Amino acid sequence: MKIKKTRKFNFSVIYVILVLIFCYAPILSLVIFSFNSDRSLTNFQSFSLIWYDKLFNDGQVMTAVLNTIFVAVVATLVSTVLGTLAAIAISRMKKVMRDGLLNLNNLPMINPEIVTAVSLLLLFLSLGIGQGYLTMILAHITFTIPYVIVTVYPKLREMDENMVEASLDLGATPLGTIWHIIIPNIKTVIISAASLCFTLSFDDFVISYFTAGTVNNISIYLYTLRRLEPTINALSTIIITGIIIVLVLSNTIKHKKVNDNEDED
Amino acid sequence: MIGTVKKAPGGRSPLLKQIKAYIKRPKTALERFKLLGIPYYLILLVLVIIPMILILFYAITTPNKDDAILLTLNNFIAFFQEEGFVGVLWDSIRISGITTIVTLLIAYPLAYIICDYKLKKQALIILLVSAPMWVNMLLRTIAWKQILSTAGPLNAALGWLFGMEPINFLGTDFAVVLGMVYIFLPFMVIPIYNNLSKIDNRLIEASLDLGASRKYTFFKVTLPLSLPGVLSGVTMVLLPSATTLVVPRFLGEGRYFLIGNLIEQKFLKSGLWNYGAAISIILVVVLFIILFLTKKVDRFHKDEEDD
Repeated sequence: MKIKKTRKFNFSVIYVILVLIFCYAPILSLVIFSFNSDRSLTNFQSFSLIWYDKLFNDGQVMTAVLNTIFVAVVATLVSTVLGTLAAIAISRMKKVMRDGLLNLNNLPMINPEIVTAVSLLLLFLSLGIGQGYLTMILAHITFTIPYVIVTVYPKLREMDENMVEASLDLGATPLGTIWHIIIPNIKTVIISAASLCFTLSFDDFVISYFTAGTVNNISIYLYTLRRLEPTINALSTIIITGIIIVLVLSNTIKHKKVNDNEDED
Repeated sequence: MIGTVKKAPGGRSPLLKQIKAYIKRPKTALERFKLLGIPYYLILLVLVIIPMILILFYAITTPNKDDAILLTLNNFIAFFQEEGFVGVLWDSIRISGITTIVTLLIAYPLAYIICDYKLKKQALIILLVSAPMWVNMLLRTIAWKQILSTAGPLNAALGWLFGMEPINFLGTDFAVVLGMVYIFLPFMVIPIYNNLSKIDNRLIEASLDLGASRKYTFFKVTLPLSLPGVLSGVTMVLLPSATTLVVPRFLGEGRYFLIGNLIEQKFLKSGLWNYGAAISIILVVVLFIILFLTKKVDRFHKDEEDD
């Protein structure tokens, strides 16, 4: 939708800028006060890295960070592999089965997080599985795998069916076909599915809180914290820096690819 | 069953042979592909379907002294008789309602304005609006707690500009709604933007060419066509904001106790699973009512387009 405007009204630009300020003010404030030498959030005394020092010496935070990364890596690997295989299977089903499965797949995504959390907790309690890393990883696989399917499946539908058939007709095994024909074709969406899984798992709070037992991840640690210290700001700044690096890198790679493709054409 | 048949004298039963033959029959490549989904089907069954059935089961039963399980509706009745229930429900509906409306009022004009920009700029602004979602939600909420606190930068700025006494914003509707609007804004902007950017430009041009005013065109053409996007935005904000634990925890100063907090309390603090399950079921029912209504409006739109 595009309308040619007869008059350029500056209000709209101001509005967009205001919304962006609203989006970034809290993030900026988190970062700025991580460098404050004082505990105060009003006065910026002087530049210092004491909160970073305290952060790295806080065993609890470090365990929470490591737990978060460990769970996110395992859940991402499992979800991406199983989800991609499932998407390949679903793309070859009859319409009725396919629609049914895709609807079911949406359930964990549309359900309020807390309902998913409660349902998993009830399952683990009923089965008598002690809550810990295992239950947390299982829970993370459960809520990330649907996102893999919805990311990978549309790309599979776009793929030229003849390629798969040609490969099979020429004597490739089904597994060989998947490995040499299908996977290379959907590589980019698999990578974006994996990064989506990682982010979702990394940031998850509610589902982890209900299923992790005594295991801490970053979110649970923050939620159960009694006093907020500027070490939290230091932690945020590190995470934000990581996100910016990843975003910039992925965008430059994307741009480079687009440019390369244009050159080929 | 099969085990006992196996042991029977005179070799294997024909049924078992048939089953074995069926499993061992030469498979087409297509069938092999379908087998790849098995781990996922298991995950769906064990970690999605059975847990949902378990919630329902716990919601309608009550543990008995003799370990017997009784069917009951008491869990639901208890919810409505809960002391402070009216408060929890009212707070949840009020806060999530205001949040949804405010988010919509901010997101719609934004999405509308961006649609006029060049494609590259559109993508950039959508990226900028959604990028904060990558930062842990708790950290973003804590950022607002710092900003809004009596010793925070907002009060400092107000004091410096207007000489105002520090106000404690925390624990007010303002703080809780602000935090929720902040968290859920991208969920409203993205579906509305996706919808608006797909509207056929010729429809709007036609309306303007045929003499409709800009305002009339907006209300009669653009707005109705963008309704599905608005509805999916509302779906993505309304229930999550009523059930979030994080915002009330950090910005509510303990004065806000929403449905999410109630479930948390019943499950993790008092161990009242059946009761907690009943509340969850009520949430699921509300979700499906909203989804049903959304689908209806969507279908209505599709029918109109077909005509």
